[in-house]
Amino acid sequence: MTKEDCQKLVIDIISDIAPDEDLSAIKPEIRLRDQLQLDSMDFLDIVMELRKRHGIEVPEADYSHLASLESCAEYLTPKFPTKA
Amino acid sequence: MAYDWLKGIEEHYDIVVIGSGLGGLTSANVLAKCGHKVLLLEHHYQLGGLATWFTRKGGHIFDISLHGFPIGMIKSIRKYWSQDIAQSIVQLKGVRFINPQFSMDTTFDREDFTRQLVEKFKVPAETVERFFTDLRGMNFYDNNPETTGQMFERYFPGRSDVQRLLMEPIAYANGSTLADPAITFGIVFSNFMSKGVYTFQGGSDVLIRKMTTELKRNGVEIRKHVNVEKILTATESGTKQVVGVVANGRTIRCRAVLSNANIKNTVLRLAGEENFTAQFVAEAKAVRVNSSSCQVYLGIRKGETLPHIGDLVFTSDEPTFSSEKLVDLHTTSRTFSMYYPDTRPGLDRYTVVVSINARYADWNNLSPAGYAEEKQRLIDESITALERYIPDVRSKIDWQEAATPRTIEYYTRHWAGTSFGTKFEGLKVSMDLPSQLRGLYHAGSVGIIMSGWLGTINYGVIVSNQIDKFLVAQKRAPEATPPIV
Ligand SMILES: Cc1cc2nc3c(=O)[nH]c(=O)nc-3n(C[C@H](O)[C@H](O)[C@H](O)COP(=O)(O)OP(=O)(O)OC[C@H]3O[C@@H](n4cnc5c(N)ncnc54)[C@H](O)[C@@H]3O)c2cc1C
Repeated sequence: MTKEDCQKLVIDIISDIAPDEDLSAIKPEIRLRDQLQLDSMDFLDIVMELRKRHGIEVPEADYSHLASLESCAEYLTPKFPTKA
Repeated sequence: MAYDWLKGIEEHYDIVVIGSGLGGLTSANVLAKCGHKVLLLEHHYQLGGLATWFTRKGGHIFDISLHGFPIGMIKSIRKYWSQDIAQSIVQLKGVRFINPQFSMDTTFDREDFTRQLVEKFKVPAETVERFFTDLRGMNFYDNNPETTGQMFERYFPGRSDVQRLLMEPIAYANGSTLADPAITFGIVFSNFMSKGVYTFQGGSDVLIRKMTTELKRNGVEIRKHVNVEKILTATESGTKQVVGVVANGRTIRCRAVLSNANIKNTVLRLAGEENFTAQFVAEAKAVRVNSSSCQVYLGIRKGETLPHIGDLVFTSDEPTFSSEKLVDLHTTSRTFSMYYPDTRPGLDRYTVVVSINARYADWNNLSPAGYAEEKQRLIDESITALERYIPDVRSKIDWQEAATPRTIEYYTRHWAGTSFGTKFEGLKVSMDLPSQLRGLYHAGSVGIIMSGWLGTINYGVIVSNQIDKFLVAQKRAPEATPPIV
C-alpha cells in the first residue's frame, strides 16, 4: 500500500458519503472541510467505512489525523496489512 | 395460549435493539449494514415510536410528530437509509406567528429571519448577524454555563418580542425553556435556520413502511408486540457485561444491547440499579425529563376543503412568552399543523393537528371523569381558537380526538410521559452508559440536542459507531466467542 493508493481509498469512501461533491480537484494538503461540504457526521462515516472496508480502527483521539488527504495517508497507510 | 410474537427467533444475536423510535430504527439499519445480526424489539403494534400516525373512521390519517424538521434530514436519510426515502423530503414554506406582540409569516430561515428582525423588529443588522454567527460557532463541549434566557438578554436586551420569536418555536419543538443551556438552543436553532423547515411528503406511515422494507432488506429481524422487561448481565473475568434480555418472558442472548427507551427507563428499570455504581445511579436519578405534550386531532370531512392559512401556525394569547405558561394546563399557546392534500398526494384530504406543551403531573393526577372533561375542554378550546382563522371550520370537522401526556406514556413507556427526552445532563448519562456496563448502549431523544427526528437519527448513528467498534473487537477476539451454541 502506497500513500497514493491510500489517498485513493479515502476518496472512494468520500465519494459514497458525499456523492454530489466534485472530488476530481481535491488538494491533498488542504483540509477536507475547507474544500468540501463535510460535517462531523461525515467524518464519523469515514471512520465507520474504514472499519467496515479495511478493518482499520481509528480511535476518537486520532480523528484529527483525518483532516486532509495527506494527513489521512500519513496516518492510515501503516495501518493497512502488508501483503506479500 | 397467547400468540408467541417471538416465534422463530434465534437463540443469540450480536445486538438487540429495544424500541423502534427513529433512533432505534436507524441504529438497527446501520448495524445490520455493518454485517451484524440484529434483533429489533418493539412493544407497540406499530414501528416508529413517536414518529407515528393513526387512522380513524372517515378516512382520516393523523400524524403525531411530522410538524417539521431541519434540512439536515435529507442528508442523514440518504446516508443512513436511502436516496429513495430522502427524495420525499420537501420544504414547508408557510410558517406563521400570531400573538399579542406580533403577527408574521416566514420561511423560517436565516435570510428571512434577518430581514424581518431588521425591518419589522428594528434590530440593528449587525446584532442579528453576530447572533447568527455566534450561534453557529457553538459547540456542545464548550462547557458554557450561560442559559438561553441570559444569552437572549445579551443580544436583545429588553426585547421580549424578539425573544418570543426565537424561543417559542423551539420550545414547541423540543420542550426546552429559557433556563436550559444556551448551547442547546444554539444547536437546534442553527439547524433549522440553515435552510428552513422540511417535512416528509407521503406521511409518517409511508416513511416508516419504507424504513421497514429497508431494514428487512438489510437482514434485521423485527418483532412488534414485544416488551423488553429486563436487560440481563453477568460478570465475566471480573467485568460486568450485558448477556441478553428478557422479552415477553423469554430470554434472548446477545453480545450487546441498544436501548431506545428513555435513558431513565434504561438505567433504572430495564438494567436496574444493581448493575451500576451508586454514583451513576444518583446521576441517572438526577436527570430531569423534558415536558410532555397534548394534541388535538381534527379530521375534515371528505369533500370539504380548508383555505391555506400556513403550514405551521404558532398562536398564543399570552402577553409575552413564558416557559411556565407554555406548559400550563390552561395555556392559550397552541401550534396548528395544517395538513393539506400535498401531505399525501392523491388522497385529497385535510387534517389539523393542534400541539400543546404540557406537564405530566397536571394530567396524571386527574380522576377518570376529570380526565375526560379536560380532554373535551382541550378539543373545544382548540376548535374555537381555529375558528378565528377559519370561521366555518367547526362544520367541516367530522372527527375530533385528544391525546395527553398519559397517551404518550401509554404508547412509548417513556418516563413521566416525556415527549422530548431529557434535559442536557441526560446526554452525559447516555454517553457514559457503556463504560458503566459493558455492552449496554443508549440512543434516543436525550439532552435536548439529540432530540427531534434529525437529532435522534444522528445520535443513533453516533452510538452505532461505538457498538460496531465493540462488536468487531469482540468477534476478532477468539476467546470471546459467544457463550451459547
Ligand atoms: C407531539 C410531538 C410532536 C413532535 N414533533 C416533532 C417534529 O415536528 N419534528 C421533530 O423533528 N420532532 C418532533 N417530535 C420529537 C420526535 O418525535 C422525537 O424526538 C423522536 O421521534 C424520538 O425518537 P427516539 O428514537 O427517541 O424514540 P421514540 O420515538 O421515543 O421511541 C422509543 C420506542 O421505544 C419503545 N420502547 C420503550 N421501552 C420499550 C421496551 N421496554 N420494550 C420494547 N419497546 C420499548 C417505545 O414503544 C417506542 O416505540 C415530536 C414529539 C412529540 C411527542
